[in-house]
Amino acid sequence: MPHLAARARLNRYLRNHLESDGFLEIEAPIAVPSPGLEVHLDAFVVGNATPQQRYLITSPEYQMKRLLAGGLERIYSLGKVFRRGERGRHHNPEFTMLEWYAAGWGWSRLADSVESLIAGAAVALTGAASLALGDGRLLDLAPPWPRRSVRALFSEYAGVALDGDESAEQLRAKLSVAGHALPAEGARWDDLFFTVFLDVIEPRLAALDRPTMVHDWPQPLSALARCSPDDPRVVERFEAYAPTDGGLLELCNGFGELIDPEEQRRRCESDLSRRAELGLASYPIDERFLGALADMPAAAGVALGVDRLAMLLLGVSDIAEVLPFAVDEL
Amino acid sequence: MYDTSDLRKGLKVLIDGVPYVVLEAQFVKPGKGAAFTRTKMKNLLYGGNIERNIRSGEKIAPADVEDRPMAFLFKEGDDFVFMDQSSYEQINVAKDTVGDNWQWLKDNMVCQVTFYNGRPLDVALPNFVELKIVSSEPGARGDTSGNVLKPATLETGAVVGVPLFVNQGETIKIDTRSGSYLERVKV
Repeated sequence: MPHLAARARLNRYLRNHLESDGFLEIEAPIAVPSPGLEVHLDAFVVGNATPQQRYLITSPEYQMKRLLAGGLERIYSLGKVFRRGERGRHHNPEFTMLEWYAAGWGWSRLADSVESLIAGAAVALTGAASLALGDGRLLDLAPPWPRRSVRALFSEYAGVALDGDESAEQLRAKLSVAGHALPAEGARWDDLFFTVFLDVIEPRLAALDRPTMVHDWPQPLSALARCSPDDPRVVERFEAYAPTDGGLLELCNGFGELIDPEEQRRRCESDLSRRAELGLASYPIDERFLGALADMPAAAGVALGVDRLAMLLLGVSDIAEVLPFAVDEL
Repeated sequence: MYDTSDLRKGLKVLIDGVPYVVLEAQFVKPGKGAAFTRTKMKNLLYGGNIERNIRSGEKIAPADVEDRPMAFLFKEGDDFVFMDQSSYEQINVAKDTVGDNWQWLKDNMVCQVTFYNGRPLDVALPNFVELKIVSSEPGARGDTSGNVLKPATLETGAVVGVPLFVNQGETIKIDTRSGSYLERVKV
């Protein structure tokens, strides 16, 4: 537990940084009637199957967006979120998320905010905005970070022209012409995508000496982001990836938020039917969230894994090292 | 069939018809994507390692291999001769199959030998072995800080780094997975 004091300092820094940028801290509810519906997130259930049944949040976003709809313009939440079954060097089922939203901002301005927050946290914790990696590289966190679209990464590193609206069969054909090892027949679009992302693209991003802000994600991979005004096949989503000694670390995920209630309802229903197909738990649609979207201003929001940020800044490669107790130590 | 959650170090699996042993298995989950197990595996037939990301939900076939406890007897030319602990059958294992493990092989040490179609493919050693130092220069006087190492030649012919206070004739404990010195042993 040598890193607990540094974590406490990190939390103080994050609060101070956002508050000096005019963000108000919100203590978001933890037990809610509807967790997110995203297909690959599994929520903890609290209570019996009665009207009082609740789920632990996988992210505070539904409630945060209702506050934006209610007129708050810059808000953040620093607290615990819960995702069942996730344990690995970068995962613990209970972890700390910093999530912040700004009405009127586009995704790019929010990505600037992420870069300055992380570089500032590095200076606060280590005294410098660059970190020495074990192989002698110096990881430079000073903004602005290189920004690459998902399409540009697929084109440069995987030799594939990714559209985003091609069928799984079409994507398989493109990837196999480019010579990539692929999962068995019948794999879905997103499984094909992530196989190549993990096998081919992540190792290249991990070899750089800068973090990469990866943006313009294909629409099938983004439940709550709005479509790009320039191309409806991609959405306004960005993710920050940083090279570390333990491989590439995914730090945050941000959106130009979807505020069209009809489109949001379609995506909720499509997630639910996909969950049913895969035999996963079904969750109720949060009607209050959908109802509030009509009043929500254009906004951007981002969620950052604080445990992973601590791992990056402290140079550790297993999340357990920055937690007082990991799930298997309880 | 195995699930991805069964993947762990030492498991023997069949990939594209070839037997592999898992060296590392790690849970990974890209944002908004399904979980994968990132594995590093050694090809048991031809050597060499591969890395594979296997999606949760995929099934992995077990490799039809047999593990037998066998005692190392002696070297015969480039081969290493082992004896089955129950049948007393003796077999020759090629130098390439033993690999770097030759460094820690001591007479009568019981290892796990993996067979595929009757052919020995892999030799797994106990995690810890105790070996005698047959030669090592005395440490320089005055330099007693614990993290300086000097070379020591072991009874098997392997050379390892040991702290300066460890002397020729002493027996030391080695971690065979990392090949590193752990401690002195009183015999």
